[in-house]
Amino acid sequence: MMHCVMNDPKMNTIEITALSKKYKDLTAVDGVNLSIAKGEIFGLLGPNGAGKTTLLMMLSTLLKPTAGKALVNGYDVIKQPAKVRKSIGMVFQDPSSDELLSAYENLKLHALMYDVPLKHINNKIDEVLALVGLEKRKQDKVKQFSGGMRRRMEIARGLLHQPQVLFLDEPTLGLDPQTREHIWNYIESLAQQTGMTIILTTHYMEEAEKLCTKIGIIDHGKIIAHDTTEKLRETVEGDLVVLEGKNILTEELRKIPFIKKITVVNKHVELTVTDAAKNLQQLLVTIGSIDFIEVHPPDLNDVFLYYTGKQIRETEGGTMEHFRSITRARQTK
Amino acid sequence: MKKSIVKGIYALWYREFKVFLNERSRIVSSVFLPIFWYFIFGSGVGSITATGGVKYQHFIFPGFLAMTIIFSSLFNGAYIVWDKKIDFLKEVLIAPLSRTTIFIGKVVGGMTDALIQASILIIIGCFLGIPFTAFKIVVSFFILFVFTIGLVSLGLIIGSFLESPESFGLVSSFVVYPLFLLSGSLYPLSNLPSWMKVLTHLDPATYAVDGLRQVILKTSTMSLAHNLTIIVIFDFVLIIIGSWAFQRMKL
Repeated sequence: MMHCVMNDPKMNTIEITALSKKYKDLTAVDGVNLSIAKGEIFGLLGPNGAGKTTLLMMLSTLLKPTAGKALVNGYDVIKQPAKVRKSIGMVFQDPSSDELLSAYENLKLHALMYDVPLKHINNKIDEVLALVGLEKRKQDKVKQFSGGMRRRMEIARGLLHQPQVLFLDEPTLGLDPQTREHIWNYIESLAQQTGMTIILTTHYMEEAEKLCTKIGIIDHGKIIAHDTTEKLRETVEGDLVVLEGKNILTEELRKIPFIKKITVVNKHVELTVTDAAKNLQQLLVTIGSIDFIEVHPPDLNDVFLYYTGKQIRETEGGTMEHFRSITRARQTK
Repeated sequence: MKKSIVKGIYALWYREFKVFLNERSRIVSSVFLPIFWYFIFGSGVGSITATGGVKYQHFIFPGFLAMTIIFSSLFNGAYIVWDKKIDFLKEVLIAPLSRTTIFIGKVVGGMTDALIQASILIIIGCFLGIPFTAFKIVVSFFILFVFTIGLVSLGLIIGSFLESPESFGLVSSFVVYPLFLLSGSLYPLSNLPSWMKVLTHLDPATYAVDGLRQVILKTSTMSLAHNLTIIVIFDFVLIIIGSWAFQRMKL
């Protein structure tokens, strides 16, 4: 019985089949298959330019897919865009509120556009502002808000029409660590209180680790791994050993059976070692002199490295800007 | 019309109107610019010109009503390029509203702003001795109303094509000023060189100014019906192009 329920596609809020977005000489999203269950907090983790935002734009009907199919809340993004739009709330990466208006005015505008019944509008606005702790700033102009407050206001706005799914595109990009923590807390309590499906994109490991029940790793437009955080960690067999030194004998290391993987990143050498506690001594004997060593159980960073063979870079605005200008130029043609 | 569509139009109007109320400096400048023209330009040129029995300052007043509408409508419409720059436009386009609804809402919003400014100018005109009567005000307002529809649409069309706010200045140089200067706001249409006659007749503002002159000052080149017909055709064409421009607008 349980089996049947799990296979029922209606149980999944998001159902993506072979979805692609191609531009002339660039494949931004490449044959993505993905199911996201109701009530999940799903993180799309990937470096800038990996196709996260493009995927989100297709799910929210703002971009037309080149191929494939996607269902959001049971509706087809290509054939039933209006129904999809009613089902989703979206918090964009860049500020998308009118700063000349107050928080209340921005929210009222949104409520009217989404056909929230007039008599409920004021109550709903108070309710969502309370969720993000902005009830006292209701009448203030958005211009006076800090980046974090503005983001919170926009999250509240995304909730106003009671969507089934909330999309958050890089919800803490460009915010300071303290504000980031705040936003995380709000998102967590939101998920607990509403039980809605939340899909967020991020290139911050910490964010994915802290918030998400499931994670999809995306790189070059493809989902290369998709599971719970724990399961993903388990795929990295063993512990991580990071070495630094001038004459590390990588060739020698390759011969050792308990070393599962060797990755050279800048000056470091990263090893995946089974049972590091037992094997570390032999390892040290083999490699000779080193300047630095660190041993730790795998975290999401290592998972990412394991799947993509590269570190996720934290600050890479240039690439994204570049990518965006490419897509923008293309779209206008 | 479906209730959600009416609400959608109201939503977009609500935003335009709130922004308008919050930008008092814009209102002040758009009302005072024509006043400066009236006093300084009007007095200066008035001292050397004769305009067929009508005081030059009075002669150019209808032109300033048109000027207010042209500036306000076009800038208001083209302002959408700023919405593109921040992601506000995405927020609007992702809402469950048709592009036509969004376009109409924007037109209604822009028209409200422009017509409020023109109304203020009409009131000031009464104090300046422009020979207004209640009837003249109603008919003038009607002409301005019809004229605004096409102009806000034109602004929105331009804004939907512009890529970045940096090109905003082009709108001012190549659209706003030519529309104003070729409209016959500042000079009579009767004795123009032939090349300029052609250009003035291509400018929709010419018909609005001539119509207003007919109503307010009882002096005009063309009949009111002729002027209004051309403005209405202009409106229809631009509404159609505008809806199309909004359909094709990408982010």
